[in-house]
Amino acid sequence: MAEEQFLATKTRRKFSPTLIIGAILVAVVVIAALVSFIWTPYNPVQAFPADRLQGSSAAHLMGTDRYGRDVFSGILYGARITLMVGLVAVGIALLIGTPLGILAGMRRGITEEVTMRGADILLAFPALLVAIMFGAVFGASTLTAMLAIGIGSIPGFARVARSGTLQVMSTEYIMAARASSQSSWRIARRHVMPNIVGMVVVQCSVSFAIAVLAEAALSFLGLGTPPPVPSWGRMLQESQQFLGTFPMLAVWPGSAIAIAVLGFTLLGDGLRDRFDPKLNGER
Amino acid sequence: MGIRLLINLVRFVVTYVIATVAVFLFMRAIPGDPAQIALGVNATPELLAKTRAEFGTDRPLVVQYFDWALGLPFGDFGTSYVTRQDISPLIIDRVQVSLILVILAMIVALAIAIPFGTYAAVKHRNPSGIIVSGISQLGVAIPNFLAGILLVVVFAVGLGWLPANGWTPPGKDFSDFASRVVLPVLALASVQGAILTRYVRSAVMEVMSEDYLRTARSKGLGKLESLIKHGLRNASIPVLTVTSVQLAALIIGAVVIERVFVIPGLGSMLLDAVGNRDLLTVQSVVMVLVAITLIINLVVDVLYTVLDPRIRKGA
Repeated sequence: MAEEQFLATKTRRKFSPTLIIGAILVAVVVIAALVSFIWTPYNPVQAFPADRLQGSSAAHLMGTDRYGRDVFSGILYGARITLMVGLVAVGIALLIGTPLGILAGMRRGITEEVTMRGADILLAFPALLVAIMFGAVFGASTLTAMLAIGIGSIPGFARVARSGTLQVMSTEYIMAARASSQSSWRIARRHVMPNIVGMVVVQCSVSFAIAVLAEAALSFLGLGTPPPVPSWGRMLQESQQFLGTFPMLAVWPGSAIAIAVLGFTLLGDGLRDRFDPKLNGER
Repeated sequence: MGIRLLINLVRFVVTYVIATVAVFLFMRAIPGDPAQIALGVNATPELLAKTRAEFGTDRPLVVQYFDWALGLPFGDFGTSYVTRQDISPLIIDRVQVSLILVILAMIVALAIAIPFGTYAAVKHRNPSGIIVSGISQLGVAIPNFLAGILLVVVFAVGLGWLPANGWTPPGKDFSDFASRVVLPVLALASVQGAILTRYVRSAVMEVMSEDYLRTARSKGLGKLESLIKHGLRNASIPVLTVTSVQLAALIIGAVVIERVFVIPGLGSMLLDAVGNRDLLTVQSVVMVLVAITLIINLVVDVLYTVLDPRIRKGA
C-alpha cells in the first residue's frame, strides 16, 4: 500500500505528455503575443490594395486578406488580443469567484446558500450570452468582451474554491487551528488558500480556454474587438466569403484559435493530473 | 423523493424570478429613451409622450417589470420598440428552428460519444483507445463555428454535396430541410460529441474500477457484458449531468452556428435585435434562452433523482 502510494506520487510528479504539449502550445501563443509588441512583418492594420488576396509567399508568409493586409501580422497581433481578453476575464473571475467560494465553504449556512444560489443563477447565463447582452447595452468592444466573459466565468471559480475549502475545512489541522483560536482570516490565508491553489490554477487554465473560445465567437459575431484591430474570430468571419477561392484565409485564424484552446485545455488537464491525487496514473 | 422534487421546483422558480429581474434591470442600463431612439431627434414632445405611452415606458419601472415578467410564462413578450411588431409569434417561430438544431445535434453528439467514449475507456491502454481519446481532445479545441466553416469548405464548396447555408422548414419541403440541416447539425454535434466522449470515457473508466464490476467479472461475465449489465446505469449519472450542461451550451452554440449557416433561429433573432438596439426583443430572447437552460437543469435534477436510488432514498 505504502509502495503503491509512493509510486502514485512519483507518477504524479512527472511531467505528463499532456502537460508538456499544453505548455508548449501555450508558450507558442504567448511568444507570438510578445513578439507582436516589438515586431510584426507589416503593420497589421495597414491595407495594401495592390497585394490583396495573395497566397503564401516569402513576402507574406500566410498570404494577404481582401484588403491586402498581411495575415501573419494579424495572427501575431491577434494573439495579443486573445491573451489580453483571457487574462483580464480570468483575472476578474479569479478575484471575485475564489474569495466567494472560500467564504461559502468556511462560513456555510446562509452565506453558502446565498453565494452558491447566486452562482447557480449566473450559470444560467453562459459567458457568450452575457457578452451578447453587454454588447447590446454598451456596444461592441474588447473591454465589454473581457468584462462579460469574466462575469460569466465567476461561478466556475466559486464552485471550485468552495469544494476545495469544504475538503480542507474537514481536516484535523483546521480543527486544531480553530481550537487554538486562530481567526477565520488567518485560517483562510494560512491553511485554506495554500491547499486549494492547485485546483484554482487548473480552473484558471480551463477558464482561459473558455475565454479564448468566447472571445473568438464574439469577434466572429461582430461583438468583440471592433475593426480595424485584428482578432482571430473576426479574421475567420471575414474569410467566410472567400471559402471557395481562398480557404487558407479561414485555416490560419482557425488553427490559431484551435492551438490556443488546445494548449490551455491540455495544460489544465496536465495540471489536474499533477494536483489531483485521485487521478494519478488514471489519465 | 417528493421533498427533493419540491426543493428542485422551488429553486427553479426562485432562480427564474431573480434571472428575470437581473435581465430586466440590466437592459434598462441602455442609455437613452426608447421612444426617442425610435422616433429620432426631431420628434415633437407630444409625439414622444404618445409613443412612451404606447411602449408603456412612461410607467414606473416596477409596473413595467411586472407587465413584462408576468406575460413571459404565457408567451406574451410585448411589442418591439423598433419594428412595432408583436414579439411572441416571432419567438415561437424561431425557437422551433433552434430547438430542431439543438435536439438533432445532441442526438448525433450522444450517438458519437457513447460508443467512442466507452471504447476509449475499455481500450484505454491500447493504441486504438488512445487515438480515439486524442481525437476527442482535438475536437474539444475546435470552436463549432470553425467546424462549421471547415464542413462548408469540404462538403459544400469542395465536393458540392450539400448546400452551404439556408433553411427550409421540415413541413414545407422535407428533403430540402434534410440537406440543409446536415452541416449545421454536424458542426454543433462534432464538437459536443468530442466533449461528451471525454466525459463518457472517464465515467466508464471510473465504473470499471468499482468492486461490483470486479465481482460481476469473477462470476464469469465478459468485460463488455458486465459493463452493459452493471456499469452503464452508474456511468449514466455523471454523463447525464454533463449532458445537461452541454445541452445548455449547445443552445448558446447554436446562436453562432445560425449566423454561419444563415438559419432563422433564436440566435439570429437575438443578434439582429442587438444590431438594431431592439431592447425588448433582446431582453425577451435572452430570457427565453435562460428559461430553456433552467428547465433543462430542472429536468435533469428530476431524472437524477429517479435514476440514482441513493438520492431517491436519501431524501
